[in-house]
This record gives sequence, C-alpha cells and structure tokens, in this order.
Amino acid sequence: MTALRSRRRHGYIALGLTAVAALTLAGCAEGGDEGGDSGSVEGETVEIAGGITGSEAENLQKTFEQFEEDTGITVNYTGDKGFEGNIVTKVAGGSAPDIAIVPQPGLFRSLVETGEVKEGTAEVEANVDEYWSSIWKDTGSVDGTFYAAPMLANLKGYVWYSPKSFAEWGVEPATTWDELITLTDTIREKTGEPPWCAGFFSEAASGWPGTDWVEDLVLRQAGPDVYDSWAAGDTPFTDPDIEAAFDSVGEILLNPDYVNAGFGDVKSINSTAFGDPIAAAVANGTCALTHQASFLTANFLTAKTADGATPEVGPDGDVYAFLLPGPEAGELAVEGGGELVTAFSDDAATQQVLEFMSTPEFADARVKLGGAISANTGADPTLASSEFLTEAMKIVQDSNTVFRFDASDLMPATVGSGSFWRGMVDWIDGKPTPQVLSDIQAGYQD
Amino acid sequence: MSQTTTSAADQAQGTPPPERGGRKPPSRRTTRLVVTIGLILIAALIVFLLLSPPNPDARPVSLGFSYNSFFQWIGNMGPIVQIPIILVIFAAVVGILLVLIEYAPRAGRGYFWLRLISCFAIPFLAFMMLRPYQGAVIYVIAIALIAGGLLFWADYRASQGAGYLYQLTLFMAPAAIAILVGLVYPSIATIIQSFFDKTGENFVGLENYVWAFTNPQGFWSIINTLIWAIFAPVFATVVGLAYAAFMERARGERLLKLLVFMPFAIAPVSISLIWKFVYDYRQGEQIGTLNAIVVAFGGQPVPWLDIWPLVNTFCLLFAFVWAQTGFAMVVLSAAMKAVPVEQLEAAQLDGTSAWQRFINVTVPGIRTSIIVVLTTVTIAALKLYDIVAVMTGGRANSTVLGFEMVNQQQRFQSYGHSAALAVLIFVFVTPLIIYNVLQLRKQREVR
Repeated sequence: MTALRSRRRHGYIALGLTAVAALTLAGCAEGGDEGGDSGSVEGETVEIAGGITGSEAENLQKTFEQFEEDTGITVNYTGDKGFEGNIVTKVAGGSAPDIAIVPQPGLFRSLVETGEVKEGTAEVEANVDEYWSSIWKDTGSVDGTFYAAPMLANLKGYVWYSPKSFAEWGVEPATTWDELITLTDTIREKTGEPPWCAGFFSEAASGWPGTDWVEDLVLRQAGPDVYDSWAAGDTPFTDPDIEAAFDSVGEILLNPDYVNAGFGDVKSINSTAFGDPIAAAVANGTCALTHQASFLTANFLTAKTADGATPEVGPDGDVYAFLLPGPEAGELAVEGGGELVTAFSDDAATQQVLEFMSTPEFADARVKLGGAISANTGADPTLASSEFLTEAMKIVQDSNTVFRFDASDLMPATVGSGSFWRGMVDWIDGKPTPQVLSDIQAGYQD
Repeated sequence: MSQTTTSAADQAQGTPPPERGGRKPPSRRTTRLVVTIGLILIAALIVFLLLSPPNPDARPVSLGFSYNSFFQWIGNMGPIVQIPIILVIFAAVVGILLVLIEYAPRAGRGYFWLRLISCFAIPFLAFMMLRPYQGAVIYVIAIALIAGGLLFWADYRASQGAGYLYQLTLFMAPAAIAILVGLVYPSIATIIQSFFDKTGENFVGLENYVWAFTNPQGFWSIINTLIWAIFAPVFATVVGLAYAAFMERARGERLLKLLVFMPFAIAPVSISLIWKFVYDYRQGEQIGTLNAIVVAFGGQPVPWLDIWPLVNTFCLLFAFVWAQTGFAMVVLSAAMKAVPVEQLEAAQLDGTSAWQRFINVTVPGIRTSIIVVLTTVTIAALKLYDIVAVMTGGRANSTVLGFEMVNQQQRFQSYGHSAALAVLIFVFVTPLIIYNVLQLRKQREVR
C-alpha cells in the first residue's frame, strides 16, 4: 500500500519536472522575421554587431535613442572584441546579425563573398551619393554593386608633439619631409635625447602601427595612383616606390639617434605598446614626436604631464598634432579608415535603421557624443568634442583632400594583417629591407 | 576528461543485467542483429548525406528552437532573471535524467508511454538543438526516425528483460548521435576540406600540406608542436615523479602536494596571464619577475618572449609544465602508494639502495600510470592553443599547430590551410590514443 502511494507520488514529480522542462523550452522558440511584411515596424528589434566596445559602444547605442523613440524600432548593439575573427564564421554559419559594423574593407569583401550581404537600397545609395565623396562609395561597393554605407571615420598620419616644448625650443611644425628631418635634428641638439618614440606592440596584431607609417609615405611620396595600385596588389612590395617609402621610414625608425625616446634602443619599438605608454611619454615630455592616428586623443585622457595634470590637447596646449608632411608643402593627401554598415537582413525595420545611419542626423548625433568624427559632408564639424577633432573632421569632409583608405585593410588578410604586420616587426628587428619586402610580398601566395 | 569517459564506460559495461521474475531473457542474437541493421541504415544515410551536393542557399532551420535561439532569448533577459531560469533548466535536466534512470526500466502501462515518448523525444531534441541545415533536413529526420524506432524496439525487448538493453540503448543513442554529428562528420569534412583551396571550392590535392611544411608560419607551427610534444611530457613527468617520490611520507606531505597541484586547477588563460607578467619586458622599472631579478643583478632586461629560436618556445613550455606537473604528481603519487610494501621490503632485505629500489621496484610498478601521464600530457601539448594565443599570439615564430589552425581560419579565412593543420594534429594524436587504449586493454587483461 505504502509502496504504491510512494510510486504514485514519484509519478507526479516526474510529470511536474517534464512540464517544467517543456515550458522552459517553449519559452525560447526561434524568433524569425514574421513581422517583417506586415508594413508596421513598430516593436521590431534590429540587431547590430560590431567590434566597438566599452564607452564607444555606449555612445553608439545612445546615438539611436531619438530614432528608437521616433520609429518604435528597438536597436540593439552588441560589441565583440573578437568581432573580426568571428563574423565571417557566424555569417557563413547562418547566425548573422541584421547589421554588422565592419571596420575593414578587406573583411567587408570577405563577407560579401559569403553571399549573405544584402545590396544597398536606393535610399541609402542616394544618401551616400549626396553626402560622401566617391572614394567612400567605392569602398562600400564590390564589382560595381553598392552594398554598404560608411559610418564614422578616423584620420591617420598625425605627428603628435608638445606645442609648449616646441615654443621652448623655438621650433615650428614641419611642412615638408626635409623640414621634418631638420626639426628632428634640431630637437636632438637641444635635448640630447632621441626625439621620436614609436610602439609596434599590439598583442597578436603587433606591427600594424608600422604599416601606417609605410602607407603614409607611399601615399605622400609616390602619390595616390601608385598607392591605389599597391593597395590593389598590382604594384608589388618589391617595387622601388615601396622600397623608397620603407627607406624614408627607416630614416627615422631605424636611426638609433632618433628613436626610441624613453624606451630604449631601436628594437624596443617592437615591445612597446602602441597606445598608453606612447601617449604617456608624449604627455610627460620624454618623447618629442610620435606618429599615430587621430585616436591617440583618447589615450591622452588618462595620461599625465610632468606636473601630474591631465594634458591639454590644443594648438597651444600640452599636446597637439600636425599631419605627417610629404616631400612638397601644401599638398594634402591623407590616409584614414572608417566602418562600413553591412546588412544581412532586408526587412523594413533594418532598412529604416540603415537609412538613418547614412544620414547627417546620425553623424551629428554620434559626433556630438564625443571622441568621433564622420566624413558625412552634411554633418556639422563644430559638434566634434575638441578643436583637434573639428579640424580632423573638416579635413575628411573636404572634397579637395586626397583621401585614401588604409592600404593594409584593403589588401587580402594574409598580407594586410599577416605578412605585412610580421614584416614590420622583422624589419625593426634588423632584417634587411629587400628581404622584408619579398617576405611581405610572399604573403599573397598564402 | 579521458578518465571520466573511461570510468563511465566501465560502469555501463560493468553493470550486470538485472534479472527479474525469473523470466527467460530475450534472445541476444535477434536483438543484436536488429540493432546492427539499424545502425548500418543510419550510417548509410549519413554517407548519402555527405555525398549529397551542398545547397549554397541553405539556411539553417530547426523546428522551433535551438541552443542558439535559447541563448539569444536568455541574453535578452535581465541578469537577475537569468539566474533562476538557468537554475530551473538545470533542475529540469537533472530531473529528466533521474526520471529516465528511475522509471524507464519499470513495468507497467504508464512507464511504457514514458518510454515511448522519450524514445522519440531524445533523438528529436538532440537534432533540433544542433540546428541542421535545410539541405540535410530530410536525412536528419530519417535518421531521427530510425533511431527512435530502434529505441522503441529495443525497449519492447527490454521490457521483458527488466530494461537493461533499453537503458543501454537509450544512453548510447544520444552519445552515438552526438559522436556521429559532432565528431565523425566534422572529422571527415575537415579531411575533405584539407584538399581544397582556402575558399573551400577548388580541389588542390596536397597543396595545403605542402604549404604547411614550406610556409614559415606552418613550418614553425609544426616544429614548435613537436618540441612541445617531446619536452612538455618528459619535463612534467620527471618533475612530477621526482616530487611524488621525495614527498612520499614527508612531513606535511598533503600541504606540499596541494601546493604543486594547485596550478593544475587554474584555467589555462589565467596561467598564461600569470606567466606573461613573469616574462614581462620593458625598459626602466620592471614589473616582470624574471627581468626584475636580471636587473637586480645588474643585467639588461631581456625580451624573453621575443627571443627566437627556442627561448620563447621554452618560456611558454615552462608555463605549461608548471601547470601539468601537479597532474603528473597526483597520478604518480597515487600509483606509488599502490606498490606493494612487501616487494620494497624484500628488495631492502636483499641489500639494495634506495635508488635501486626506486628504479627496479617502484618504477616498474607504476609503469602504466607513467604511460597514462606521458600520453595525456603529450596530447594536451599537441592540441595546445591558449598559452600561445594569450602570451605571444604566435609572434617571433612561437606559433604551434593548434594556434595556427585558429589563426588561419579566423584572421585569414584560409579554410584549406586551417583544415590541413587540423588533420596534422589529428595525425599526431591518433597513434598516442591508440597506444593508450592498447595499454589500458592489456592492463585489464592482467587483472
């Protein structure tokens, strides 16, 4: 009797557990896009994925607040530090987000090759035609088909310095390459220390700051045409034009009299991190000059001057930057980068988000939140968070600026983020230039 | 890992079929025949599935849910809400397992229905959660049906034999499916992939293997992996053995052993971070222990992880050995305690020295344990990824097969190269596993 009762009770427990399991599993039914065709986008969610993390990701999410209120669409941005490695696998595996913010044109092309990327709509294309120069549209197109609008921009090729120290030494920012070398010699005489500092260390990506140096010099010395053909893989690394750029960079980076201010010898470049230690050295005066992109402003927020204060970024402040000069004064050919907004879904809500992201309103909203610039010509550069960023934004918006995308980002990954990065590290380590060049070129065979 | 599976298998095989009611057990021969035919059918379907042309437009489908949608669903919940949900699911999974173990073998109508439902539900759930692709869905359903039918039939037979066969099949079926879908299929696909170019579209023969042995990245990953596979197990075993022998019956033995064992309990990424700090290199003030010592003695700081050849690899290897020694020590120490004291005493009476006793009595006595430790550490060294990824990222030719495989696939989207490297790891590991299994079998025969 008791045995029977206990058995029945066990039965109820079993039933209960099974019911709980069934309910739990029913809760996570696959969402799908059922609501996409009903016309209304109210209440729809659009998933955006990208490599932007931390406070920049928060700012990006904030940019959509007004848009979400106006349309009823929920925009969900998810940042992933390993985005660049994961996204192709995810897309090929069928787990693509609605929209991806792709930081590299090469990666963007790999994504288009998966066949999952949706073509850009007429509205987005019209916005891009109106607000961006053609180089940006070309970057977002593959084989003449337009896919993606650009989002934000960054500008490379700045030489960071201390205006206060410059005033002390009685020197001015250089306007030609020769002036830059003279400037370096002058500072060296005044201080007795190597004026330049550089850091190539960036974990598995070590070496990329060196590629920026070379790209800037190819663009400035050999011109945009050679740069384009080099980026496309038609001009090999072993070409004399590229070797000349390496030699010019070597004039500074391989010269023990010029580097590596405060960090050691030439070889210490490879083990010095590209961001914080460099910003700290420029801010506290141990390093007079360094070459880095516009993003270094962010690193100065945590750096300290020799007096222990946060450095003031401005033309008369503790730190500022001028563009790396070319052989002639006055010519403005700059290199930079930007994200491409790539869509994997063509439902109405996603289209609306894409269209919004290509408008000046979006650019203004994001630029206002600080730390970012956009090449959208409809956007207002005075909204940028600092004088430096306003200047940088005017440069990328200006139609007279010869603007080019980061060449290593355009090259196939085996070169652009493979042999080119490794080559820069080997080169600093003392490998002869011709050997380095042919090693990098060999990356095309991988 | 390997230990748990072995012991689980042992248990499954070791449980004798419980006999109830004195009924004659059903014919083993028929059962075996039908199970074999069913498995052959499933295998044939999988082969057909592999041979069927891939559908480029196929989207993954699942009838309602998958792990993926579950994670997305739970990811949208508030962090506090996630905790009870996970707890409920954990309880549910434990509950389902308990229900199956406790109620499945019983006789009676209600239990029959429970069995019947679970026969179909288990393979169904397993497949749905794996998100099959559209092109494969017909095969997948057919496989699920056959597996379900087979289970049901086995259950029918088993209900007269008190559920032994049912239990066996039930618990083997999800495992078999998981092995086929999660292990056999990907292995075959990887081997096939390794003969195609980086996009996976054009057949290139052995080109990827030629690349692996000629490209500096591939070449160094192979060389370094071999260095790892030779030195790591030897160091770990020798140090572990020495430590176990010296600490045997020493004062504070437990505490001393615990100290050595603790690194084994640290996650590999944390180990890498710890040692990355030890090898840290910078000018000026040192935060890296090793360079702090060097500088304290008046030397120049050394970029340990950038010195090639061998130095950086051995720096990485040392971190790995540091973690694995604890494992070797525990296993060998346990084996040593099982060496009969009589043998040692007899040897002592024969006038042998401590060293002779150790070499001639203890070491032969723990031979199988030494082999297990050596092979386990070798396999761990062959498939190493995390230490290289965190500490150097493959810089300065410190890359290994496991790291380079992920690197080629993730950063360069070179699927062919990645597959070829994966096959190489497989080729290196297989003989070790076979050897290990043979040793275990030999050991069982002795018993």
